[in-house]
Amino acid sequence: MEVLETASYPPNAPITARADWRPKGGRAGATLAQLQTEALDRFGADIGILNCLFPVQLPFSEDMSAAFARALNDWVRAEWLDRDSRLRASIVLPMHSPEHAVAEIERLAPDRRFVQAMILAMGEIPAGRRAFWPVYAALERHGLPLAIHAGSAYRHPVTSIGWPSWYLEDYVAHQQGFQSTLASLVTEGVFAKFPGLKVVLLESGVTWLPAFLWRLTKTWKGVRFEVPWVDRSPAEIVRDHVRLTVQPFDAPEDPDTVRRLLDHLRSDELLLWASDWPHWQFDGDAIAPPGLPADLLPKIMVDNPLATYARLREEGVSS
Amino acid sequence: MNVVRPIAAPGRPAVATLGLFDCDIHPRPLSLEEYRPWLSTEMWHRVQTYGIRARHGFAKGYPFPKAAPFASRRDAWPPGKLPGTDLDFMRQQHLDYHGIDIGVLNPLQPSGQGDQNDALSAAMTYAVNEWQLERWLKNEPRLRASVVVPYEDGEASAREIRRRAGDPRFVQVLLLSRTAEPLGRKRYWPIYEAACEAGLPVAFHAFGYSGWAMTNGGWPSFYIEEVSEHATSCQAQVASLIVEGVFERFPTLKILMIECGFAWIPSLGWRLDKHWRKLKDEVPHLKRAPSEYLREHFYVSTQPIDEPEQPEHLLDVMSWIGWDRILYASDYPHWDFDDPRTAFPSFIPAERRRDIFGANARALYGIPAV
Amino acid sequence: MAARYVVAPVAEIPPGGRKVVEAGAGRRIVVFNLEGEFFALLDRCPHQGGRLSGGKLCGLVESDEPGVFHYDRKGEILRCPWHQWEFDIRTGKSRHDPNRTRTRAFPAHVESGAALTQEGPYVLETFPVRVEEDYVVVEA
Repeated sequence: MEVLETASYPPNAPITARADWRPKGGRAGATLAQLQTEALDRFGADIGILNCLFPVQLPFSEDMSAAFARALNDWVRAEWLDRDSRLRASIVLPMHSPEHAVAEIERLAPDRRFVQAMILAMGEIPAGRRAFWPVYAALERHGLPLAIHAGSAYRHPVTSIGWPSWYLEDYVAHQQGFQSTLASLVTEGVFAKFPGLKVVLLESGVTWLPAFLWRLTKTWKGVRFEVPWVDRSPAEIVRDHVRLTVQPFDAPEDPDTVRRLLDHLRSDELLLWASDWPHWQFDGDAIAPPGLPADLLPKIMVDNPLATYARLREEGVSS
Repeated sequence: MNVVRPIAAPGRPAVATLGLFDCDIHPRPLSLEEYRPWLSTEMWHRVQTYGIRARHGFAKGYPFPKAAPFASRRDAWPPGKLPGTDLDFMRQQHLDYHGIDIGVLNPLQPSGQGDQNDALSAAMTYAVNEWQLERWLKNEPRLRASVVVPYEDGEASAREIRRRAGDPRFVQVLLLSRTAEPLGRKRYWPIYEAACEAGLPVAFHAFGYSGWAMTNGGWPSFYIEEVSEHATSCQAQVASLIVEGVFERFPTLKILMIECGFAWIPSLGWRLDKHWRKLKDEVPHLKRAPSEYLREHFYVSTQPIDEPEQPEHLLDVMSWIGWDRILYASDYPHWDFDDPRTAFPSFIPAERRRDIFGANARALYGIPAV
Repeated sequence: MAARYVVAPVAEIPPGGRKVVEAGAGRRIVVFNLEGEFFALLDRCPHQGGRLSGGKLCGLVESDEPGVFHYDRKGEILRCPWHQWEFDIRTGKSRHDPNRTRTRAFPAHVESGAALTQEGPYVLETFPVRVEEDYVVVEA
């Protein structure tokens, strides 16, 4: 190990940082000043939630992973949260060890600026498995959503059918990880066991969701007896418990197609606005995915996040 | 197509006026003995002694118990036999009953495809192809065969395809969808080369065992997850075939995805396009947007038909995919079988259903109208 | 106004058994005997039209906690032979969507041969009704 850097976001790759967010000399997304200038101030956010992708999930040693996670979360507090009152953060979890992950939740939950806990879309075993349930119990107890961000701990090939050749395939494959992870959470009964748990999918692409739910729900009608704790339609379960950030929004730009896709989602309450800073998902100030109806934006930017994050509500945050 | 049909077909949809093609029927041997005439003594001994060894740990059967025995309809068991093993029963319950004009056979395991041993895979797939001709097509002119290939060995697969090229009884090359590497990788290109030479589409059918965990985040616990995962893993296959430049190298190649679902296709096309635009410098061999390759080279079978909560959403998806890309499949005799009369909601315009039943398959397989 | 169909002598449908009968105009009905009580369902799955009579009789697996399984109502749940949708034989309701997805249930009960030969209206199958036997009658 030379340095802890993830293959999910090669530093010089275009998506990893927008060109105008790459300083001459120095790294993108590295300083509070960059964040404030490029995103917080620029886009006028009242609240910004930090999801740090420093890859604490990569090391195979549970203890090393946990130590890096603790250091990362402490660094986020000291260098970011303490210095701009608009900022909130995910507790980045060393998920390979549920014990370490629970300990980290318990350690940081008293700091109300941590509004959720974050794992990657692709780990070593599917996220719904009972081994992780102490983590979800802790999250439910503290009213913290589980955030799942695009990315992999690379315990498995990029795809279930092996290693692809191109980074484009790797990036596209995050979508597959979200599908499998969500299937696991639903079918293992995480939402039955932890009815208070919310899940936020970060940087997932969004438009894969309807087809995935149609198939999962159709199959469930026939094989319900395999997972009898799934007591209602998986589509309903997901609409109740799961939220998705809108960048990227994998869709064409024409409003008619976008409107149909929103119809397929069957709920106004699923989407949360995000910039995905400093990743390159949009140009200039086009912060809303093209084609989204203007009257949906207040919901995406304010109402839905407030409904999702209990800690933001308790602060009395308003638009 | 005017066909005088001597047997009444109560199960045939009235709109199938351009023919009724079923692009996914699963014949099965009652036992491996049925393949024996085409296996060498040595290979037969090997099969009997060491077995067929898929890339998983179950010496018999599959890692996840399915919804029903042999994954089949409960009413599809010929008396005293297994589902899919009896031609007369298949005629009575399916071919005659539904008035199938052309049915394409896709033999699944135990076919030797994806076996850990390449030589055994090659020997068995050859036997399966001969078995299709001898035990099924010889006495049933409505059936067509697939060239079952030992796909993990590209060169051996190409040899088997060339052996069958020009024989009109074979209408496609058949792979399984979970392969050891993504299907766009070079090791599989001999398959595409031989298929294009022979003018055959390449079909991949859900299943198979890649040898990797069944998701890119580990092994799931349940069959319901596996069924979901078929669609998910196909997304990786489609991405690979496009991004590796397979269609630049083989511009006449056609791919048919069977039993993989289809509603996910438009979203994948948009995702590929969106991120390709930013990552173009990585893949200069792609001369066009990924969704263009998707639109031009891929076909899908309908089964298991997607069932949106609001059924009319199906119209959006099918029109985004392209109405000429969609082929009816029954999946007979499996439990998730689609009945041609009832699987397609009536709000799908009649001429679209007509094409799904007949015209699209006819065009893909190059079977002229009578 | 429902017609009454004499389905069979009771002895022909023992407990756990079933019988399919045509009830006019190509409508098939499947009759079940659950421990001496008779239930009749339209023999057509509301999903794609599969014949429910070809399906397996099961119990109901329920769970209020992942990993904990409760199994009861053995023999009272019919699984469609195709896509395995579960139907409660007593009500015709599907398990996955009881309020909106069901197959039609018809009243079924036992009448004595003596009563049948005296009362009407009824539709006889082509067998003689004997006054000393009991018969399953379905209203459909």
